[in-house]
Amino acid sequence: MSIIVGESTKLVVSGLTGREGSFHGLRNRDYGTDLVAGVTPGKGGQDVDEVPVFDTIKESVEEAGANTSMIFVPARFAAPAIDEAIESGVETVIAITEGIPVLDMLGLYWKAKAAGVRLLGPNCPGALSPGKANVGIIPAQFFDPGPIGVVSKSGTLTYQIGNELKQAGTGNSSIVGIGGDPIIGSDFIDILKLYEADPETQLIVMVGEIGGDAEERAAEYIAAEVSKPVVAYIAGFTAPPGKQMGHAGAIISGSSGTAQAKKEALEAKGVRVGESPTETAAIAVETLRGS
Amino acid sequence: MDLLEYQGKQLFAKHGISVPSGEVAADVEEAVAAAERIGYPCAIKAQVLIGGRGKAGGIKIAANAEEARAHAEAIIGMDIVGPHGEGPFKVHRVWVEGGSDIAAEYYASVILDRSEKKLLAMVSSQGGMDIEAVAAESPEALIKRHIDPTVPFDAAAARPIIDAAGLDEDVRDQAAEVLAQLAEVASSEDATLIEVNPLIVTAGREVVALDAKVTIDGNAVFRHQDLADEEFVADEDPQEAMAREKGLTYVKLDGNVGILANGAGLCMSTLDVVAQAGGAPANFLDAGGGSKAEAIVDALTVIVSDQKVSAILFNIFGGITRCDEIAKGIVTASQQLDLQVPLVVRLDGTNSEQGLQILAEANLPNMHQETTMLDAARRVVELAG
Repeated sequence: MSIIVGESTKLVVSGLTGREGSFHGLRNRDYGTDLVAGVTPGKGGQDVDEVPVFDTIKESVEEAGANTSMIFVPARFAAPAIDEAIESGVETVIAITEGIPVLDMLGLYWKAKAAGVRLLGPNCPGALSPGKANVGIIPAQFFDPGPIGVVSKSGTLTYQIGNELKQAGTGNSSIVGIGGDPIIGSDFIDILKLYEADPETQLIVMVGEIGGDAEERAAEYIAAEVSKPVVAYIAGFTAPPGKQMGHAGAIISGSSGTAQAKKEALEAKGVRVGESPTETAAIAVETLRGS
Repeated sequence: MDLLEYQGKQLFAKHGISVPSGEVAADVEEAVAAAERIGYPCAIKAQVLIGGRGKAGGIKIAANAEEARAHAEAIIGMDIVGPHGEGPFKVHRVWVEGGSDIAAEYYASVILDRSEKKLLAMVSSQGGMDIEAVAAESPEALIKRHIDPTVPFDAAAARPIIDAAGLDEDVRDQAAEVLAQLAEVASSEDATLIEVNPLIVTAGREVVALDAKVTIDGNAVFRHQDLADEEFVADEDPQEAMAREKGLTYVKLDGNVGILANGAGLCMSTLDVVAQAGGAPANFLDAGGGSKAEAIVDALTVIVSDQKVSAILFNIFGGITRCDEIAKGIVTASQQLDLQVPLVVRLDGTNSEQGLQILAEANLPNMHQETTMLDAARRVVELAG
């Protein structure tokens, strides 16, 4: 097993006819992901490297059996595309696009919840289950199959940690990027729940950053519901208050959302927090081998 | 994007919320002319993006044209420092506003609660003062209720919040209407924060927004171009302004170690690791995914324009970004910019071997290579002195 994406994933990419969409969509296919369709309104009937293109996501569900939608369209068109995906009948929507207005996401969050559709992102690198499927922009070469589940707000930081795990001779059940926006479809808790239930996952690495209180809430959840060991890393100890650090959601508001508070909340619940990405990977390996 | 008071009030007026009559003025003559039209007494209010204007002398009442002139001369061009030492913020414009007879001062706000993924409405009968102090000293006086995103939030839906806050009975209908309108401003103008402090009741029992603090979601500015055109960037730090023009994600910090990394998370982590090694980062700069040579030149230009920078750390983990592209950018930038400060480079990930090869062949003076993030951080701190 693995989570979010795997052998049963049948992927449809919104924006497959665009430059970025085709580059990453076909890269995902090359990795072994079952890319069944692309969607671009007005371009139905065309194909991208033999992948059929439809006018709507619904058609791709009905005619090509798509069950997972990846949104790779520019920010100002992305909210309607996510909306369309939620209504199309797919089970999972993975939104890579950065820069979607946050109040659009507020509405879409509740819509997806009501429809029972799993939404990942936006502003996320997607999900990878090594050896099975890759949906998004995660560079798969840094990750081998293995027992560690990773959930992260950050892309490159995850690649850094994944690469160190690989060099230490271990690997991952899945790597899930939840995204760096203030409102995202799936939070740490949603993904922790899936890893807890996933038999392949023996340990979870959680990578957080300043802003919001998702890490603090995750700490409570881990203490109450997660039996597997969790190792965490938090970025942004040196971030000044009131400044947005790259990600729209990475901002300390007043005195809330600091890295220190997150670290303390996690440690209070027995979660070990690494000082650097390297130390975090080392703790994960040590915990895994010791247990 | 934060709006100035007058921009916020114009937005309120557009959505039917009562605000005092007023005009914006960019110089003394305009301010006096505005005061003559509005009548006396009127308030001359500095338009800056920081609280504590009144205490800093940025709000004055004029009883006649002479006073209006004197106040405008004093306020336009003054530097205002925030209550916690923020700024200084230079005053480029004033808002000339008709006087209000205040019978009561309330507080109302609508903000995005990212944790609950809902808008949060807050109302208090104790307005006109620091609301955080009210929340700390008498939390029961600040009523907080989430707005259900699945049903319309009209005056009827807002009424229980107003009732709970205990506002004067005779103005509750009006106040509920205002709260619903504030939520409407949030939704239709993409505002993630709207604060009215004070929301007043006039002697004539009208509910009026006497102040306006509004933040528009930066991701939604494309559909509110009218507001963006008015955005005030004059107070911006010179490096931050330069970075913005070049489309770079840059945040100025206090230290002397210039930082460039790819990806927001890795960049924040790099700052932390440099601090752990005993250094002080000069900036946050996310070179972004797929960085090309020109972007590296732009990034280095911004970093070295900060005179405090005495060494620079490049921390790149190539995913989509290719290390050979980054290396080419570093070589080009060093040639173009005549860098005087040492550069520590750590390249890992996609095409790192080719990247390292390019750097080795270029044999740049002042260039130091490290293979791990921690070693690179220690080295740059040592070189920065």
